[in-house]
Amino acid sequence: MYVAVKGGERAIDNAHAFLAEERRGDTSVAELSVAQIREQLRLAVNRVMAEGSLYDPDLAALAIKQARGDLIEAIFLIRAYRTTLPRFGASRPLDTAAMAVTRRVSATFKDAPGGQILGPTFDYTHRLLEFRLAADGVVPPAPTALATGDAVPHITGFLNRDGLIETDTPSDDIPPDLTREPMELPASRPLRLQALARGDEGFILSMAYSTQRGYGRTHAFVGELRIGTVEVEMDIPELGFAVCIGEVEVTECETVNQFKGSKTEPPQFTRGYGLTFGQTERKAIAMSLVDRALRWKELGEDNTGAPAQDEEFVLMHADNVQATGFLEHIKLPHYVDFQSELELIRKLRAEAMSALQKEAAE
Amino acid sequence: MTTDSQKNDDRKAWMGVLARAKPDALAALMPADQPDHVLLRAPEIGSVMVRGRVGATGAPFNLGEVTVTRCALRLACGTVGHGHVQGRNRDHARQAALIDALMQTDRAEAIRTQVLHPLAQTEQAARHARAAKAAATKVEFFTLVRGEDK
Amino acid sequence: MTTDTLMGGFTDPARQSASAFRACLTALSRPGHIQALSFATPPAPMSVAAGGLALTLLDGTTPVFLAGALDGASVRDWLTFHTGAPLVGASDATFAFGTYADLLPLDRFAIGTPEYPDRAATLVIEVPSLETRGAHLTGPGIKDHAFLSLPAIAPFQANHALFPLGFDAFLTCGDRIAGLPRSTIVRDV
Repeated sequence: MYVAVKGGERAIDNAHAFLAEERRGDTSVAELSVAQIREQLRLAVNRVMAEGSLYDPDLAALAIKQARGDLIEAIFLIRAYRTTLPRFGASRPLDTAAMAVTRRVSATFKDAPGGQILGPTFDYTHRLLEFRLAADGVVPPAPTALATGDAVPHITGFLNRDGLIETDTPSDDIPPDLTREPMELPASRPLRLQALARGDEGFILSMAYSTQRGYGRTHAFVGELRIGTVEVEMDIPELGFAVCIGEVEVTECETVNQFKGSKTEPPQFTRGYGLTFGQTERKAIAMSLVDRALRWKELGEDNTGAPAQDEEFVLMHADNVQATGFLEHIKLPHYVDFQSELELIRKLRAEAMSALQKEAAE
Repeated sequence: MTTDSQKNDDRKAWMGVLARAKPDALAALMPADQPDHVLLRAPEIGSVMVRGRVGATGAPFNLGEVTVTRCALRLACGTVGHGHVQGRNRDHARQAALIDALMQTDRAEAIRTQVLHPLAQTEQAARHARAAKAAATKVEFFTLVRGEDK
Repeated sequence: MTTDTLMGGFTDPARQSASAFRACLTALSRPGHIQALSFATPPAPMSVAAGGLALTLLDGTTPVFLAGALDGASVRDWLTFHTGAPLVGASDATFAFGTYADLLPLDRFAIGTPEYPDRAATLVIEVPSLETRGAHLTGPGIKDHAFLSLPAIAPFQANHALFPLGFDAFLTCGDRIAGLPRSTIVRDV
């Protein structure tokens, strides 16, 4: 049976109008500008850029405004917009060693060259609500100190020199791109990192937490966490050389994990890697833990059956736009599907009833 | 004598300054007498896939895209200018391409002084200010002398 | 790279690329119907229609093979600047441009795989004349039958025999274009 329903169009138009009014809220309160969101809700903007996989703070701020602060909806809007852009090419891999850092900490080496730079962090706040922010927003200027301009080398490089940590062999292979070709499993590490970088922060966080609680046993230290800006360079064919086309803020996390050695590898420290757009430190740390947990096969470790070691489970469920699309579609009309289920149930009940009656009669 | 690679390095440097400049800052510094030009590629908004490396040094992977606007134009004398700038501002890309073209003409020194130097200075100042605030949050460890070492 | 090779792109990219895309789509979905495609001005010897198709369908992810006289500095530079498409050998190409003679043998082009028949090459064949007479065409997109002047018959019959694998072809002549997808059945008359 086919159920045709008409009359939804006006209801939908009116729902959109109602939505627009609700988005604006009480008109006696000043309207929020996109620039205000970009500047004052910057961590929300960063999350939308990281998981929307498009670095553009103004667009991300607009998406947050349009989505009424629903970040997954905003990420959805950014992903949809991204598909309309022609892609001019790919950048050269970012040189994160040349990052202009605003934050850089190591949990493994106190005296790392370049020092421990706390930056604008929540870490040492008391997590007490500041009612002053509700009254006025006047902020005294942050103190300054002489910046030496010295290089801030990667900390894991020091362990490298002694051969105590595995090295990542440089290559110039063209990485797979899951936005162009469907993800194929088993995935290479570059493909896994792309999926994790755009994956849902909450999901990646929970996966990482599960490894810390023992599901996957990858006891990790943050070897280094750094946040700052890096230049983006791209080769321009008509020029014949690479030029800087802009600058992005990124968060990079390298974890150092104990490793007892396996049939194929000597005892040494191993690494997990996280890299995300913007100041998104929880995500970058979680990403590096999950990256490390997924590497059990290439390091010759045991599969303990932990969820974070299951590549199919992690990669196929990490994307919040895919997840929410499938989840939320079940609230949309399924009248026909349900009608057939209803008829099936009625038929089964009728059969069961007649069987019972027959039994009683015998 | 300047070699081709020095010329390219010089051009790379100014194209980078133009790409990173705030659109408004560049617009405010544009010379009043802008030469006639033909658009070879009208300003076009698109994206560039940003890549990172596994473990910072290993194989490349795709991190995510960045919005970029590009433009190419030709002056009456035949000089071609290219602009590739971050963001979605068409004027920014066109103005960057125009400055790139002018930097290859005999107006180069004047443009360098009037446009590129101020932009580079603004950028440097902003970087220094940020680096100075970060430097103030650097931890100074004091190793406490233990009793038995006295 | 000379400035000439930087000219000749779409002057109104949004409208012209949409219109050119419609011309390519119609050509391929209505084999035997010739479409006009006149917005691009590529360097010789590339035709206006082939240039318009290139500007519309090529980008950095579509490797291109240029055959014979087309494989010169001016066409190479023009394609690189306007489309960003990488230039490759015949077997790696998703698009191949050339005269029929220069593109031979046709069995060197990708025909897709059973899992991904779409991973096949599209040939853009420059022909000296393009008329709605000659080979007899039937198949999807053709009501009853159609005619199209083809440079040969047998290779396109062999290609159709591979269906659902096989390459797809466009024929270009000046500012006109026609399509010959792998689904079309070609007969000599």
